[in-house]
Amino acid sequence: MTQTNRLSAGGRIDRSHGLEFTFNGQRYQGFAGDTLASALLANGVDIINRSFKYSRARGIVAAGAEEPNAVVQLGAREETQVPNVRATQQGLYDGLVARSTNGWPNVQRDVMSWVGKLGGNFMPPGFYYKTFMSPASMWMTYEKYIRMGAGLGRAPTVADPDIYDHMHHHCDVMVIGAGAAGLAAALSAARSGARVILCDEQEEMGGSLLDSRDTLDGVSAVRWIEQTLNELASMETVTLLPRTTANGYHDHNFVTLHERRTEHLADTASDAGFPDMPRARLHRVRATRVVLATGTHERPLVYANNDLPGNMVAGAVSTYIRRYGVIPGNSLVLTTSNDHAYRAALDWQEAGRKVVAIVDARANPDGDLVRQACDSGIRVITGSAVIEAKGTQRVSGARVSAVDLDHFVITGRIEDLECDTIASSGGYSPVVHLSSHTGTRPQWDENLLGFVPGEVKGMLMAGGVAGHYGLDNTLSDGARAGRQAAIDSGFDEAGELNLPTVKARRDGPACAIYQVPHEKKGLRVPKQFVDMQNDVTASAIELATREGFESIEHVKRYTALGFGTDQGKLGNINGMAIAARCLGRSIPEVGTTVFRPNYTPITFGAIVGRHCDELFDPKRYTALHQWHVEYGAEFEDVGQWKRPWYFPRNANGKKESMHDAVARECLAVRQGVGILDASTLGKIDIQGPDAREFLGRVYTNKWAKLAPGRVRYGLMCKDDGMLMDDGTTSCLGDNHFLMTTTTGGAASVLEWLEVWHQTEWPELQVYFNSVTDHWATMTVTGPEARKLMSEVTDIDLDREQFKFMDWKEGNVAGVPARVFRISFTGELAYEINVQANYAMQVWKTLFEHGEKYDLTPYGTETMHVLRAEKGLIIVGQDTDGSVTPEDLGMHWAIGYDKPFHWIGKRALSRPDTMRGDRKQLVGLKPKDANVVLEEGAQIVLDPNQAIPMSMVGHVTSSYYSPVLESGFALAVLKEGRERMGQTVYLPMSDGKTHEAEVVSTVFIDPKGERQNV
Amino acid sequence: MFYILCPYCKEHREEEEFHPRGQAHLMRPEDPDNTTDEEWGDYLFFRDNPRGIHHEMWVHSVGCRKFFNITRNTVTYEILETYPMGEQPTITADDPSVRHEQGAQVADGGWQTVGARPENTALNEETSS
Ligand SMILES: [Zn+2]
Repeated sequence: MTQTNRLSAGGRIDRSHGLEFTFNGQRYQGFAGDTLASALLANGVDIINRSFKYSRARGIVAAGAEEPNAVVQLGAREETQVPNVRATQQGLYDGLVARSTNGWPNVQRDVMSWVGKLGGNFMPPGFYYKTFMSPASMWMTYEKYIRMGAGLGRAPTVADPDIYDHMHHHCDVMVIGAGAAGLAAALSAARSGARVILCDEQEEMGGSLLDSRDTLDGVSAVRWIEQTLNELASMETVTLLPRTTANGYHDHNFVTLHERRTEHLADTASDAGFPDMPRARLHRVRATRVVLATGTHERPLVYANNDLPGNMVAGAVSTYIRRYGVIPGNSLVLTTSNDHAYRAALDWQEAGRKVVAIVDARANPDGDLVRQACDSGIRVITGSAVIEAKGTQRVSGARVSAVDLDHFVITGRIEDLECDTIASSGGYSPVVHLSSHTGTRPQWDENLLGFVPGEVKGMLMAGGVAGHYGLDNTLSDGARAGRQAAIDSGFDEAGELNLPTVKARRDGPACAIYQVPHEKKGLRVPKQFVDMQNDVTASAIELATREGFESIEHVKRYTALGFGTDQGKLGNINGMAIAARCLGRSIPEVGTTVFRPNYTPITFGAIVGRHCDELFDPKRYTALHQWHVEYGAEFEDVGQWKRPWYFPRNANGKKESMHDAVARECLAVRQGVGILDASTLGKIDIQGPDAREFLGRVYTNKWAKLAPGRVRYGLMCKDDGMLMDDGTTSCLGDNHFLMTTTTGGAASVLEWLEVWHQTEWPELQVYFNSVTDHWATMTVTGPEARKLMSEVTDIDLDREQFKFMDWKEGNVAGVPARVFRISFTGELAYEINVQANYAMQVWKTLFEHGEKYDLTPYGTETMHVLRAEKGLIIVGQDTDGSVTPEDLGMHWAIGYDKPFHWIGKRALSRPDTMRGDRKQLVGLKPKDANVVLEEGAQIVLDPNQAIPMSMVGHVTSSYYSPVLESGFALAVLKEGRERMGQTVYLPMSDGKTHEAEVVSTVFIDPKGERQNV
Repeated sequence: MFYILCPYCKEHREEEEFHPRGQAHLMRPEDPDNTTDEEWGDYLFFRDNPRGIHHEMWVHSVGCRKFFNITRNTVTYEILETYPMGEQPTITADDPSVRHEQGAQVADGGWQTVGARPENTALNEETSS
């Protein structure tokens, strides 16, 4: 393959530096400085994709972010696959591999093309709604084939080898866009001393100056760009970010920038020779002022078959010729509404190829460029437009007719012109996307025939985006905006910029033309595309308005106009204009779109940055974690904590099953002594003269008389009366308490205490501090616990001296400790708290002495079995935010007669919380001892009733008990306490129905004697 | 993403340091025993959802851990003031000097259309959020 469309000279490419690349398996050559799009055009590749809905051949239309068709899948290897890459924005590198995104199995001969040939009836507007309303179950089938056929790109299936960074900045002036206006703004602001960030999405800064025909101060535009960038680069207060797209403009002048660092060099940073470099960065910029200098997008005209390869927007033609030395065809017809587009024809002719005609919709075009075209001998057909492109795989001609835009009809004879390229221009749409992200509404400007950004606090706009066209206007507006932004940021000394002299060009007025009339009407017109990425045609919009969709918002959703990664860059204004014409309204009456971030697609890598694995979701380890690992524990995630789940033993090279390990651990606690690492329990240190009063207000039970050295179990409700957390609180001194919370509730309980203290009762003198990580907690529990403890502590363990619900200070294993006699197992238990740094020594000492008692470490699973056998709840498992303490049968822990109206009390007397048929906590004993009920299983009273059955409760906790030698469960059941001894039924999804007896929640030692031994 | 002035730290910090805690100035009835079930239900469950000026409680959760209030425009997302607990807002919806700005609320969903002129708001009222 040779580069048939490459000019022998000109452009900003390096012809001495050839590059090889592959597109759809075919090898091609390009040059350094090319984009993938310019290299494909140079090689004469017409078809890049098949269209999403109609499977029509599509080629390159534009030269920048607005490209709707040339969206490719990039990457030579599985791990480097990147979907949704615009070929127009991808710098070419040696070895680049790209594929069509749409078109399976290949773009030249598409198996889906039959879809397009069914007269478009297969997928009319509203296709998804109409087709898939019923049968709903068929959607999965349709979707599979539609996605495979249409192809929407795909993510890699293996891990990304690259690294990505986030960077955070504050600056005075953030300038978005480095065209003429942006460069002038940045220079003007920077010279005042303001901290300036200038970003631009293209491979090179300069914007449209890079393909400009103008001179500044007598030097070429390109030379002026270099001078300006050199000066900016020399200033310490300026950050230049090329290849950086401002993708989102968020609240309070927060801008997110996506900087591509190595994507133009190779598949990965390593391949590019920079193994330590991030492939991309996400910059998070908080700016005092934002200068929007995003320029304009040229609107194509909407004529029949305007999607055939060979149809392009006029400015893109100039860009490919002047910037890349590529001419995308042999013979050109230009159809335009304005003077500026004439550049395409002049550039084409200067490149030595044939301009067949310029077709101008205006009756009497008269501007400098128009004259220049006429003087160059180019035929200009006025009052006319291209009404249809001819051709099958590529444009082969243009049908031209005089048009009456007021009556939307063609007038006179249709002329057929032979050509292979049609460039069109319907005017320029300011790139308002970023301003829209903030929620502001674009404003219609009748003189510009376009929407300009609405007002955004802290934002200035400059140049084309503000409707200032022409290089002289753009430069002066940029300088003004930059200076004003600096002054607004407190740089009062901002001086005037000496602007370069530019020869002003005289442009005649443009005319308003969007859709071009055709000699046929309605659905008989060959397809006129408005949104090529989503295959939305003018007739689809007409149809939507006929079907009663009057709001442009509904038209848009019905047709998919402006959806997806395209976000309506080329098509939206044309679509609004067509809807407006059909509805007999003006464009501003119809309304416009508010665009959404991101402006162009961004890789997940850049979004994620370094926030992978533990940097995304930190893991928390207790001080004893290493011991657990060495002992072979299996771990369970509890919030962010890694907790030992159970400790399987190895016997004869075989690992114990979980069931066996948990049974062994349970029996060890019930018959000997076990030990649990309970360090993850939340601990809050509470101090102050009003600490006791405060506890009385946040707990349901009484705290007035809890003496130092004593411990009490407490329930905490929200003010709606529903249980939110439970735990023990110990009185360390008259003004000093230690509260424990559930592992998962530690942070939220602390915030809960703070909010009540800070907002309701600030007069109470009380202070809260999290001490969860400061103390390690080891629970020694079982009938042998006292014997073991007596070997390692100087605390008097006499059962009369150190009673259940007492705590004492002393030494354990030679380390200062607090020991609490509380029990979550129902057995004799000592909870030892030591400074976390000492925990390992204490733990190991306990094991040295514990060997003769067969001290058994147990994990969370055994803890759950043991507590459930005793009917002890876990908040969040046995409760779900809709359960009151009364529902749990915990009347004994509610101090209705406390003087202060504690949190939750009033709600417990609301009719709903006093309903007789509320679900209450009960025990369930399966009739078949081998059955372990499923947690979440629904309870019914009559298993033979018709489906849907009346469900009266569900299982909250369920385990196998090695002591009971049976499954057992806790459940919430309507009027449960009145149903003791009754049989209930649990129908399962496999058709089986389990039977269970309603029993007490306490399965073992109902009198609670064992914990008091 | 908001840029919030903590009235205690007296610094602007990123929204990531804060947590919203709902409507501000909710008064827990002084005498719950003499509060009707309906009044208690209102206190528990009913919240304002104004278009425009709204007073919200936030907490500087990974900063000073203090709760404070924000006066915010729910349309433009502009934060008009922040003030400590126990103080009253200086800007309220009743204040005639407050300009009720028109605009579109930034919401999820990818696309949203609004009327470009106020007289068309009925036609183009957001149907999604
Ligand atoms: Zn603070």
